[in-house]
Amino acid sequence: MIYFRYMSLHFRSQLQYRASFWLLTLGQFFIPFSVFAGLYLMFERFGQLQGWSFFEAALCFAVIHLAFSLSECFARGFDSFSSLVGGGEFDRLLVRPRSTAVQVLGSRFEFNRIGRLVQSAIVLVWAVSSLPVAWTAAKAFTLVLMIVGGTLIFTGIYMLAATLCFWTIQGLEVANIFTDGGREMAQYPLNIYQKWVTVFFTFIIPFGCVSYLPLLFILDRVQGPPLLYMLMPLGGAVFVLPCLLVWLVGVRYYRSTGS
Amino acid sequence: MRAYVSVCRMRFLNGLQYRAAALAGVATQLFFGLIFIMVYIAFYNGSTVQAPISLQDIVAYIWLQQIFLAFIMLWARDNEIFQLITGGSIAYELCRPCGIYPFWFAKLLAQRLSSALLRCFPILLIVFFLPEPYRLSLPESPGAFALFLITLALGLLLVVSVSMLIYISVFWTLSPTGSILMVSVAGEFFAGMIMPIPLMPQWLQTITYVLPFRWAVDLPFRVYSGHIPADEALWGILIQLGWLAFLVGTGRLLLRRALRQVVVQGG
Repeated sequence: MIYFRYMSLHFRSQLQYRASFWLLTLGQFFIPFSVFAGLYLMFERFGQLQGWSFFEAALCFAVIHLAFSLSECFARGFDSFSSLVGGGEFDRLLVRPRSTAVQVLGSRFEFNRIGRLVQSAIVLVWAVSSLPVAWTAAKAFTLVLMIVGGTLIFTGIYMLAATLCFWTIQGLEVANIFTDGGREMAQYPLNIYQKWVTVFFTFIIPFGCVSYLPLLFILDRVQGPPLLYMLMPLGGAVFVLPCLLVWLVGVRYYRSTGS
Repeated sequence: MRAYVSVCRMRFLNGLQYRAAALAGVATQLFFGLIFIMVYIAFYNGSTVQAPISLQDIVAYIWLQQIFLAFIMLWARDNEIFQLITGGSIAYELCRPCGIYPFWFAKLLAQRLSSALLRCFPILLIVFFLPEPYRLSLPESPGAFALFLITLALGLLLVVSVSMLIYISVFWTLSPTGSILMVSVAGEFFAGMIMPIPLMPQWLQTITYVLPFRWAVDLPFRVYSGHIPADEALWGILIQLGWLAFLVGTGRLLLRRALRQVVVQGG
């Protein structure tokens, strides 16, 4: 598939600057590390977070950060899309006989985000092995669904923000509320927030569907049919479909800047 | 001196041009502030332990952090300077009839000032009128407010002098991204940006007190709420001045050494 061809090309080109690559990867490892250290120290100070224990919160943290770093690795092309449009390079993509979404997706990969990925994976393993949860195949499957669903949501937000570029040329900083802000917000169980935050991030941008709700199922806290909570991440993943649609509409109305 | 003031003014006016970006920044910072406060409220609510700092002080700490973010963030960078160094245009910079260190210092200072001034008033206006737990309280006393302004200004100079060191390091590393990332991640943590310093365990607080970062962020914000009393704040100002002298001195020394190595090729 052409997407993977792009990927291997980018990987090889980034490895050309080996020292810089590893330094960046290491730095990427430490960014969420300091945030996670903060989380750990807060629990050390206060003991609990509205009834949530440290490892429960850590699991939530790991899922969201894994999803975020995966989306940063693989969907970063949309994030830097404003430069493609501004520089007129997008015109070139349009004349190629491939789907624009795949080409933009393939225009950039950030492999140094692997540092972030490794860090979140370590937290995940630590949380999973320390939680007093009887793991079943269904629960493990739900966990995987959560991560995949989260990745798709972040990707969807990147696409929406990129579509805005068709009209504004410049990327908008407001999109950060939903990517960085969404990550900061969703790394804690959603029910600690005010109602409007919870509602917005469950029904509009469904972070709650990939973290908080299925987490209830994994931790055996559900009231009601467990299957519903288990499949919640699928509902979250649906978010990416309208984003893709908006993107296609945007491409259709695209007018080149002429540069 | 006139030259530095005017470069400051030019940068400042330039920064004021980006009003739409500032508006987006205001929205982002309000959102982040609200989310952080909700998390702290959740931690404080169910807790049976006595916290070393009141929730009201934490709320002030967080809002001030968001309002003056442009003063304190270490990851802000001026790509122009990097390009000067890595691209070789530094030669032109050397021709200027003024010192490079104060010239860049004035430029970086003005950037932070303009971006903070654009953002701080709308946020201030909103956060003073929020409903109760989220509202920013007024400063403890007029005296505390005066001390807050002094420590904040000195803190800004401290942050600029730290970031000058980052720029100067590029003369040796040639790639800014790695070193910036490391310094800013560590600096942010030890400044109390990830979690307020009073909530850290004792051993970690000891570390933050010997590093420069805490004096730029944590000190002014706790002086504002009165969590750090006036006499302690005066000592803090002395320490700030000491760090400032040290960092500026080191920066000038390193820059002079770096410039001696620069070989300008013709063409």
